[in-house]
Amino acid sequence: MKILVAIKRVVDYNVKVRPTSDGKGVDIANAKKSINPFCEIAVEEAVRLKEAKQADEVIVVSVGADAVQEQLRTAMALGADRAIQVKTDAELEPLAIAKALAAIVEQEQPGLVILGKQSIDGDNNQTGQMLAALTNRPQGTFASELVVNDNDVQVTREVDGGLQTLSLSLPAIITTDLRLNEPRYASLPNIMKAKRKPLAVTELSELGIDAEPKVVITAVEAPAQRKAGIKVESVAELVDKLKNEAKVIA
Amino acid sequence: MSVLVIAEHDNKSLKGATLNTITAATQLSEQVDVLVAGTQCADVAAAVAKVAGVSNVLVFDSPAYEHQLAESLAPLLKEIASDYKYVLAPATTFGKNLLPRAAALLDCQPISDIIEVVDGTTFKRPIYAGNAIATVTSQQSKLLLTVRSTAFDPAPSQDSSAPIQNQDIAITNELSHFVGEQVAESDRPELTAANIVISGGRGMQNGDNFSLLYGIADKLGAAVGASRAAVDSGFVPNDMQVGQTGKIVAPDLYIAVGISGAIQHLAGMKDSKVIVAINKDEDAPIFQVADYGLVADLFTALPELNELL
Ligand SMILES: Cc1cc2nc3c(=O)[nH]c(=O)nc-3n(C[C@H](O)[C@H](O)[C@H](O)COP(=O)(O)OP(=O)(O)OC[C@H]3O[C@@H](n4cnc5c(N)ncnc54)[C@H](O)[C@@H]3O)c2cc1C
Ligand SMILES: Nc1ncnc2c1ncn2[C@@H]1O[C@H](COP(=O)(O)O)[C@@H](O)[C@H]1O
Repeated sequence: MKILVAIKRVVDYNVKVRPTSDGKGVDIANAKKSINPFCEIAVEEAVRLKEAKQADEVIVVSVGADAVQEQLRTAMALGADRAIQVKTDAELEPLAIAKALAAIVEQEQPGLVILGKQSIDGDNNQTGQMLAALTNRPQGTFASELVVNDNDVQVTREVDGGLQTLSLSLPAIITTDLRLNEPRYASLPNIMKAKRKPLAVTELSELGIDAEPKVVITAVEAPAQRKAGIKVESVAELVDKLKNEAKVIA
Repeated sequence: MSVLVIAEHDNKSLKGATLNTITAATQLSEQVDVLVAGTQCADVAAAVAKVAGVSNVLVFDSPAYEHQLAESLAPLLKEIASDYKYVLAPATTFGKNLLPRAAALLDCQPISDIIEVVDGTTFKRPIYAGNAIATVTSQQSKLLLTVRSTAFDPAPSQDSSAPIQNQDIAITNELSHFVGEQVAESDRPELTAANIVISGGRGMQNGDNFSLLYGIADKLGAAVGASRAAVDSGFVPNDMQVGQTGKIVAPDLYIAVGISGAIQHLAGMKDSKVIVAINKDEDAPIFQVADYGLVADLFTALPELNELL
């Protein structure tokens, strides 16, 4: 079985972004970029399945400008066998990305596609579900455990009320939650090896999909700032303030 | 220009986030229909009919919808969406799982997690863990939206009842099957609906120490939450996680204990009315958003707090 993993290049999760001064976007040009943390977990899960001999090949794909090759190489250093860049300089929406990924799924016919549940820049949480719809495959979103069998995969999902387990027929689409695994670090020899692994480039335009934006960002503003608070000296003072000043407890 | 709201429920009772979603819906149209798909879910339908602002309740009662799997519900939505300009779902794990799948079947780009309806085509939503608020606009013929419940009040109940229409489209699905669930049981209020939330982080050191929080929570009628670090370390289950990738809460009072205040945690609680932080590190970033900060060891502060309440 092949596993396809979709990864996104995003601003590193430690960076606190700010809106640009013209209020039209966010100031990220010089910010550190990384693999989206949920996608890193997706890569790790695929590599573990390969190590457990449940998969023969792990392919990573990213849709974006040439800069995404950096993250594709990182994913190969973590154990992916080869990479595909779907090349475009445009910022695509999840629907268009899902269409591009569906075209790659059509070509590669993977038994599992693993995505992150959410990209930490757009916070959309959409692409995996849309890819599942477009390929008419079952979806196991927000996965915290996977058990792969011959014809199906059991997915434990982190849902609001607790955990839910589904059985999905293969091929299937999975999106990862943080507890699925803890990604490894790439070793130096593996980073060197990754430089020689194959990285194919497919032009988005060759896939014949409609990538026109359907939703436009017209303004970006900073969230309401909280007023600076005070430090209290004791628990007694805290309780007094909550009762008599903030009036939030009786 | 009518709206279809997807009700979230467990076949017995309606989930609260649906009420906030209905409020967002009433800002878009006077015609708000609510879809209840489930099995033996008449009580849910009756509850929905009593919500102010609801025009019609569409009930799809079939074993096919027992677990409300996206593989069955998304095609159902595709079938019935033609009558509606807007389709709304709560931005809960249920809504986030379902809505994008339906949207793709309709060739629509959905908008996640709206916090404000500016007008019929323009919405605000947080991006980058809430470090920025984007205004987005879309001219699509159909708009599919998920609604962040903390940003809209719950719709009140009404004396009269909206008409309940039983429908009979049953879409069976061979792709996915429900196997089981572990539902968290608690007598405390639900995290996203509580007026007071007290959360513990890595500083709690282990799961047993959370009892220090439970005692206080019970005195205050509060829900108990946690940081991701506390969940990852196995102190408490995942459904208690507050943050960018957990639950979003905005209670009147949020008490953060032994939580450093990473941006991903702040994303889930910084719209709380009053924030209290208890942390032994006076430089912890949580103090930058706290109205009242107490620099103290939680193992002495919590028993004292319990005593004084
Ligand atoms: C993609 C992604 C998504 C994430 N999503 C979330 C999310 O949704 N929610 C979330 O919470 N995190 C999330 N995180 C994790 C987040 O980045 C932080 O790692 C996490 O919030 C830290 O939890 P903490 O504050 O409990 O732990 P720490 O940062 O370790 O802080 C522990 C605090 O406890 C204090 N302390 C220790 N002992 C005591 C004591 N005895 N008395 C008083 N204070 C004490 C310390 O001073 C410290 O400030 C996410 C991370 C990533 C990468
Ligand atoms: N440009 C992209 N290239 C490849 N995969 C992507 C891209 N954007 C999103 N994804 C995948 O979709 C997941 C969810 O993203 P989103 O729907 O934007 O929150 C990510 O974690 C990735 O696995």
